[in-house]
Amino acid sequence: MFYVVSIAIMLTMALALVRAFLGPSVYDRVLSVNVFGTKTTLLLAVIAFLYGRPDFLDLALAYAMINFIGILAVLKFFQVRSNQQQKNQLPGDDLNDNRD
Amino acid sequence: MTTVIDILSWVLLLAGSIFVFIGGIGTLRFPTFYTRLHAASLTDGIGTILILGGLVLQAGWTLAAFKLLAILVFLLLTGPTAAYALANAADMSGMKPEENEVSEVEK
Amino acid sequence: MVTLFAVFLLTLLVLTAIAVVQTKNLFVAVMLMGIFSLLMATVFFILDAADVALTEAAVGAGISTMLFLATLALTGEHEKPSKKGPWISGLVVAITSLILIDATFEQPYLGDPMAPVQQHVAPWYLEMTPELMDFPNVVTAVLASFRGYDTLGEVFVVLTACIGVLFILSAGPGAPNPKSPRIPTAPSVGLRHHLIPRVVGKLLIPFIVLFGLYVQFHGEYSPGGGFQAGAIIAAGMILYALLEGEKQALKVLPQSVLIGMVVGGAMLYGMVGVVGMLMGGNFLDYSVLSSNPVSGQQIGILIIEIGVGLAVCGALLAIFHAFAARRSVG
Repeated sequence: MFYVVSIAIMLTMALALVRAFLGPSVYDRVLSVNVFGTKTTLLLAVIAFLYGRPDFLDLALAYAMINFIGILAVLKFFQVRSNQQQKNQLPGDDLNDNRD
Repeated sequence: MTTVIDILSWVLLLAGSIFVFIGGIGTLRFPTFYTRLHAASLTDGIGTILILGGLVLQAGWTLAAFKLLAILVFLLLTGPTAAYALANAADMSGMKPEENEVSEVEK
Repeated sequence: MVTLFAVFLLTLLVLTAIAVVQTKNLFVAVMLMGIFSLLMATVFFILDAADVALTEAAVGAGISTMLFLATLALTGEHEKPSKKGPWISGLVVAITSLILIDATFEQPYLGDPMAPVQQHVAPWYLEMTPELMDFPNVVTAVLASFRGYDTLGEVFVVLTACIGVLFILSAGPGAPNPKSPRIPTAPSVGLRHHLIPRVVGKLLIPFIVLFGLYVQFHGEYSPGGGFQAGAIIAAGMILYALLEGEKQALKVLPQSVLIGMVVGGAMLYGMVGVVGMLMGGNFLDYSVLSSNPVSGQQIGILIIEIGVGLAVCGALLAIFHAFAARRSVG
């Protein structure tokens, strides 16, 4: 049963990864990182049971925390970036037009 | 009794995986950013509850169950917050749901 | 089956790495590096290397992403197109990968009991850890006691790296470059307008720090130790700085305290070794710290892990604040 769950989660990770590759906006990529982080947390929890070593759940807990801080750091980055652009009246919005 | 709990936890785990997978498909297939965010964050919530709930049933009354509950509380607090923060950041940058819908669906 | 999982995740890892190299937008590259780190950590976990997985999660996915973003806030977001053709670097990469692929044929299989790594000192470590230290996490035993010299070296590397980064970042802005005018920024105010992240974040900070302390002091029994704990606590403090602004965070933990933590942590580690010598043992031989060699080992490991945690936490925070200060000086 744990195998089924892990496979489902890993397929979801793959889907989120494809979304991260495709973009198109930077927010989509941040979203996929977020999805990816949550799925990693779940996957670790499931695999800890698969291995029969529940003390490894500490790692899943750490992942949940770190992922959240990462997303807030990105948010802060956007804020700093938009402050910079307001000050400089830079033409165009760098964050929306990225097409690699 | 153990069988009942096992079956219950399997049902939860299976339902959770289905939700998680549907969320993944939604994240990939939906046309605009806001719809994708919607797909990802909502299924994240329910999938997390179901999968971790199923694992708690497997763990029984142990330290592991407590840790799983801590992870659950943590994810339930942070997931919606991250989704809100992301939607807010996108909105502030001038990405409006309506205009994007038209422009991106056509692509 | 689990090996198949690892192969699947490694495939995703390679795809992510290619995408990181491909993209010209550096912000996207940073995001993909975050995914790369998460994948790497999962693979470590599947291969049963829980301590490394924890380090990778805390440092790779958390702190590195933040430092990358801090760098991006100082520089531009788009990669400069390189003028030289990709031929030379492509050739070097091709030759290197051919050599590496050739080398993999000589590698022992995963988990092969006859592999050199299983034959050398590893069995001795596994056998002696319960006897000498009486706790289950062999990784901590190897890291802190058996190979204490190496870890001492690592702590001093952290100290040196921290000093180097601070020197570079605290240098004056220099002559303004006409091509890329420096961008003045608003003073750091934190995420003041975002009520929900602030409330949730501040609610979680104590738990993050508590979890960091758990990782620190439970490192002998479960995955973790000074490095991971230092990174997690630093992440918690960085969260505070993100929410309330760097100035407020510096009021709580001034830069001088952070430097003191780095230096003090490294010194604490070294002092344990010196005290061991004064008490009649060898440098970093903890057995003499107490009348009972086993509890002496445990005390020694506990103290040096605290030193490692202090040094790592202080170094990461000092570097983070140096980036932030550079941004607001502009």
